[in-house]
Amino acid sequence: MNLDSNIPSGPLEKKWESRRFDLKLVNPANKRKYNIIVVGTGLAGGSAAATLGELGYNVKAFCHNDSPRRAHSIAAQGGINAAKNYQGDGDSVFRLFYDTIKGGDFRAREANVYRLAEVSTNIIDQCVAQGVPFAREYGGYLANRSFGGAQVSRTFYARGQTGQQLLLGCYQALSRQVASGQVKMYPRTEMLDIVVVDGHARGIITRNLVTGKIERHAADAVVLATGGYGNVFYLSTNAKNCNVTAAFRAYKRGAAFANPCYTQIHPTCIPVSGDYQSKLTLMSESLRNDGRIWVPKKQGDTRAPGDIPESERDYYLERKYPSFGNLAPRDVASRAAKEACDDGRGVGPGGLGVYLDFADSIARLGEDAIRQRYGNLFHMYAKITGEDPYKSPMRIYPAVHYTMGGLWVDYHLMTNVPGLYAIGEANFSDHGANRLGASALMQGLADGYFVLPYTISDYLASQKPGSVDDQHAAFDACETDVRERVAKLLDINGKRTVDSFHRELGKIIWDECGMARNKAGLKQALQKIPALREEFWENVCVPGGTGETFNQSLEKAGRVADFMEFGEMMCRDALVREESCGGHLREEHQTADGEAKRDDENFCHATAWEFQGVDKAPKEHREPLEFENVELAVRSYK
Amino acid sequence: MRVTLHVWRQNGPDDKGQIVRYPLDDVSEHMSFLEMLDVLNETLIESGDEPVAFDHDCREGICGACSLMINGVAHGPQAGTTACQLHMRSFKDGDEIYIEPWRAKAFPVIKDLVVDRSAFDRIISAGGYVSVNTGSAQDANLVPIGKDDADEAFDYATCIGCGACVASCKNASAMLFVGAKFSHLEKLPQGQVEADRRATAMVEQMDIEGFGNCTNQYECQAVCPKEIKVDAIARLNRAFSRSTVKNG
Ligand SMILES: Cc1cc2nc3c(=O)[nH]c(=O)nc-3n(C[C@H](O)[C@H](O)[C@H](O)COP(=O)(O)OP(=O)(O)OC[C@H]3O[C@@H](n4cnc5c(N)ncnc54)[C@H](O)[C@@H]3O)c2cc1C
Ligand code: FES
Repeated sequence: MNLDSNIPSGPLEKKWESRRFDLKLVNPANKRKYNIIVVGTGLAGGSAAATLGELGYNVKAFCHNDSPRRAHSIAAQGGINAAKNYQGDGDSVFRLFYDTIKGGDFRAREANVYRLAEVSTNIIDQCVAQGVPFAREYGGYLANRSFGGAQVSRTFYARGQTGQQLLLGCYQALSRQVASGQVKMYPRTEMLDIVVVDGHARGIITRNLVTGKIERHAADAVVLATGGYGNVFYLSTNAKNCNVTAAFRAYKRGAAFANPCYTQIHPTCIPVSGDYQSKLTLMSESLRNDGRIWVPKKQGDTRAPGDIPESERDYYLERKYPSFGNLAPRDVASRAAKEACDDGRGVGPGGLGVYLDFADSIARLGEDAIRQRYGNLFHMYAKITGEDPYKSPMRIYPAVHYTMGGLWVDYHLMTNVPGLYAIGEANFSDHGANRLGASALMQGLADGYFVLPYTISDYLASQKPGSVDDQHAAFDACETDVRERVAKLLDINGKRTVDSFHRELGKIIWDECGMARNKAGLKQALQKIPALREEFWENVCVPGGTGETFNQSLEKAGRVADFMEFGEMMCRDALVREESCGGHLREEHQTADGEAKRDDENFCHATAWEFQGVDKAPKEHREPLEFENVELAVRSYK
Repeated sequence: MRVTLHVWRQNGPDDKGQIVRYPLDDVSEHMSFLEMLDVLNETLIESGDEPVAFDHDCREGICGACSLMINGVAHGPQAGTTACQLHMRSFKDGDEIYIEPWRAKAFPVIKDLVVDRSAFDRIISAGGYVSVNTGSAQDANLVPIGKDDADEAFDYATCIGCGACVASCKNASAMLFVGAKFSHLEKLPQGQVEADRRATAMVEQMDIEGFGNCTNQYECQAVCPKEIKVDAIARLNRAFSRSTVKNG
């Protein structure tokens, strides 16, 4: 397997500029001869499809939602980073680069991350030009807030609905291309397989979710922008329909999957309330600008929060990490919450919660100022819990939120399968072992607006347009596979619902491959998951007859079937990474005070897995990570 | 608590459809409305029936996918709240709850409670954007925008495209949806350049899609989960007449 990262030579600050100059171009008149498929129209895919359309390529874009405007990106709350240094507080491209590399615990590629920091500033310009209503100061200039893992204010935001506003900007740009005919949009259409011809990605097989029709689409290149796999845990902050199917089917057709064990558990989510719980709700990290996190000092203290005096509270983040305090990065803050709860000092039902308290800020700034900043989040909290966070502190607990792992890609965002690209949360490229807040939106839009549209021309220029059509034998074979899989799911007629399997799988992964992992637990998971998968294929019940209609159970079943295989790979990845880094904490590898202990000597690499067969262990490959511009330091936020 | 559900079941676009009654025990007040439907669906599947189809995704009130008429009110009894953010504590033991899809000519039923809202996408395609290509933007701080204007633009921009406004209007008018997008962009200098063209194009598409006229009933404002105000409609109307005057 060829894992050449394709990083340009030369100094860090010049790499992207010089590569852009070296990239082969497709001349404007020829662009319309090329067909590009973009699967997924969230921030990454939507921005890519719109930009490719503007450039003159023929684009077919797909999403499983009924409209691109509803992609999971819509739910992002807190903000988007950019190295604008509008606050004059010492930010720079290099600082954003450094914070991201350090935040990722030195497990991402320098060159990719530097480029991300470089183009971050263009994103804000572009979005403002589209009419994205970012928050502003009275003078009319853009406002910023701070996010975890940074000591400067570089996060742009639109109240607590930044993802919504960015996605609408992107969706509108995409709609403009749909109107012009450059992009043909296929909503409610799910990609079920990828067609590889002579080693190159040449198309996809889809299912129309309304009619059930299985269809073929050929193209000169395929871009996957299908988001993250957090729903392998069943309960997560992701939208219900997020899934790993597109990326996983690509993996089964030869694309390497990198670092699947790197998942982000977000420290501030609303705790689980019962067995029927269908998803978890995030309370944006931005709240930690003004909220203080604490638990009672005493174990099993059941007094109401207001009855616990200052001296009997433990503001544990401020105590343990005085220089970052409540803005310690996510992995660190989540583990600290788990520690407090494991120690018997958690609050609320089952002791699985900590307080996020705004009393001090309300006293200092007034309730109105807090409402201005976080009104919609407070409103959401009140709706879900029936409690008023202006009066008593929020109760929060960590939950699965984001996945840093994804399809392996090179500097051009191309997977090891030529012609197949992966962008946004679906790839592994920029966040290492832990993502900093407000950096996913930045990465998705950087990939889609400012990176992929350049790099893809380098590949296309070397390909004859329309070299393969959808009557090629590879399409026949691939379509047959898809049909057989759909038929098989419908034929099982077992006794258990898809959700019940998904819940059980999620619990195994949360228990053994969640906030803390150890060898024995992971080995156990590697026994339990294949057994559960076997039961799934014998006993799942997918009602709905032939599959030639709208059938939500069938959609779910296909996705859970993939999670059943994917979850195993995740645990295997966690098992071979005998170190702790970022979101991956191996209990065997921690410092005396419970901090993650990296092993740079043996694990300074990305792990990329190659598919070998469903019941066979995948093959492990390693891409060494080289650091020339930063020193590998112990990541300290103290 | 116990509730009795009366749910619209319709096998496909051509099926006539009917209300089916489902008693449900053991409903917790902490469940969201959609979680209550999940529980119903689990029992239906286990007893060999087909689950009730309904659209949903984020379950956080932001994607606009969920779209239920609950006891005749779009998104149910709680103001400023989507169906997915509604919790069973808004109901009481013994309640009878009617659940139906959005009903409008422009939103045909696909199955059960799921409707086709692609007409909204076509309206946005007609003009709901600023015509700017990637890469051609100037520095973001070059044009200061007063905080009040930015905030107001944001208020209109919070529309989630759920279609509750259409479903609750006796004319099935989409004026609040169109007005919100129009007003969001018109409030900002970036969007003013094409404002009149945008108004005409979007309104024309709205008519083509078969949405009705606005007769100032304001039901849309009452059910909008994002509490978007009907001034959006007045702004749109002003621009629309301006551009029809201009173009004769
Ligand atoms: C609650 C929440 C809050 C967040 N807040 C922030 C924040 O403040 N700042 C920040 O930077 N990040 C935030 N994030 C993370 C960020 O929102 C996501 O990482 C990012 O939006 C992902 O964008 P994407 O385009 O890669 O994927 P998505 O937005 O997930 O889009 C995936 C697309 O792929 C399509 N798709 C998937 N599979 C298929 C298939 N098989 N066939 C066809 N289509 C398919 C979907 O329909 C969709 O269009 C948040 C995440 C959550 C969950
Ligand atoms: S499911 Fe997204 S708004 Fe209700």
